[in-house]
Amino acid sequence: MNTTAMHLRDAFPLLAASPDLHYLDSAATSQIHRSALDAVVRHETTCRANVSRGTYRLAEAADRAYEQARQTVARFLNAGAAGEVIFTSGATASLNLVAHAFGNTLQAGDRVLISVAEHHSNFVPWQMLRERTGIELALIPVTASGQLDLSGLPELLGNNCRLIAVTQCSNVTGAWTDVATLVAAAHKVGAKVLLDGAQAVQHGPQDVRALDIDFYAFSGHKCFGSGGVGVLWGREELLAKLPPFHTGGGMIGEVTPQATTWAEPPQRFEAGTPPIAQAVGLAAALDWMMTLDWPQIHARESRLCELLIDGLLRIPALRLLGPASATARAPIVSFDIPGLHPHDICQVLDARNLALRGGHHCARPLMAALGIDVCTRASIALYNDETDILALLDGLSFALRELA
Amino acid sequence: MNDKDSLYQDAIKQFARAAHGHGQLAAATGEAKLDNPLCGDRVRMQVAVTSGHIAAIAHETRGCLLCRAAASLIGLRAAGQDANGIKAVVHDLESLLQEGAPIPPGWPELSMFEPARAYPSRHRCVLLPFRALLAAMLH
Repeated sequence: MNTTAMHLRDAFPLLAASPDLHYLDSAATSQIHRSALDAVVRHETTCRANVSRGTYRLAEAADRAYEQARQTVARFLNAGAAGEVIFTSGATASLNLVAHAFGNTLQAGDRVLISVAEHHSNFVPWQMLRERTGIELALIPVTASGQLDLSGLPELLGNNCRLIAVTQCSNVTGAWTDVATLVAAAHKVGAKVLLDGAQAVQHGPQDVRALDIDFYAFSGHKCFGSGGVGVLWGREELLAKLPPFHTGGGMIGEVTPQATTWAEPPQRFEAGTPPIAQAVGLAAALDWMMTLDWPQIHARESRLCELLIDGLLRIPALRLLGPASATARAPIVSFDIPGLHPHDICQVLDARNLALRGGHHCARPLMAALGIDVCTRASIALYNDETDILALLDGLSFALRELA
Repeated sequence: MNDKDSLYQDAIKQFARAAHGHGQLAAATGEAKLDNPLCGDRVRMQVAVTSGHIAAIAHETRGCLLCRAAASLIGLRAAGQDANGIKAVVHDLESLLQEGAPIPPGWPELSMFEPARAYPSRHRCVLLPFRALLAAMLH
């Protein structure tokens, strides 16, 4: 498989049609791969019917496509069984699902451990759970470089921690989480581990069994699929014990005027009509990802990350957020230039066809911990190349003059 | 491009830099603190109202150039206005940004925000201090 950035870029319809665009916001949304788009169109024009309901041939074709998509996701995650894969509307929905379904098994005084570095989608659901049930919510702090500070882990876990729910990789600093240390510590006290993989999945297939975790959440739109679909993976034996979150059609065993029983997972957690075509599109994107030479792509992403960091550090007063080493982070690079607001920077860059994100990145507790309100973020994906980075560095020089 | 057509024209930068009205009032009669949840910008606006009119005004603004320029313009021009006048200018500014309505009377410098009309995501940056002013007046 040819994995040069130029060759890969051609496989993304929007990028192929916009040769002058320097898209550096893949941490927010990656571009959609042609195979995913084609799969959605093909499904909607040849197999469109609801799933798990009809007995006619078209409905059975939809069922097959949807369940094959589940199997593809399972392969992408190296899950033990396709039944461990739940389709949701996105990572946020997946995280809320755990906060409700697993959360309903917790009692007042049980502890959930998250981190200061979480996206609001893995922060607010646990605050809401605390309000509903009286759980304790503890926070892993971050180091000056934005990495999770695990030095106080035993005290943070205490003797009543039931779940550690953390990001696999920060959406602001790109810092990778030391998952192995967290998992080992969690297992010692009998706690489960949920990883928010939203930022990790666009950088290659995952192995939930090797990670030895219990739940994994991600979104399709961040790994070259379409929007409106996400995944929650959970261990089979764990899912089997959990109550549903959303209720309605498709997730029941028996409904009588007196009571309702639940279907087995994963259907128990897929109330209503799921995002069928989007799941099929996601599977096509993941199928494509599984053909790529990831060591080669990681090496290029790291080189680009280093090139960007080197250039940024030449800008006087610029503060680089996150680890200095490109290998300690995913290729997500955020920075603060005192006196210049990220929205102004991004606006000037946009006029030069550079798409970057400025703001708090839905991570206000992390912003506060880093001593800033907002920052500018460039995120690199497999279709970016050196011209994107050089254009950004040149654009920043221009922005500094324009906004002075 | 003519400077007056530029989003970051000199007038915007000069107003933001001047920060007219920046600070706090010792005896405010009204106060409001508004955030832009999209970007975390925050304006704290204080007014001292006498006989229905703004006698003194002060603000603390954390935001982008557009937001800071708007707050600074308020610091320069809002004194003497009553609540109806502020309601009118907020309405007129919304219309200017959304529909290209004329510059409201008494606020000629609002013309510096006309280029922002092309950038809907930035309208709230300009409007935040004005909405904070109105909220402070109605406090």
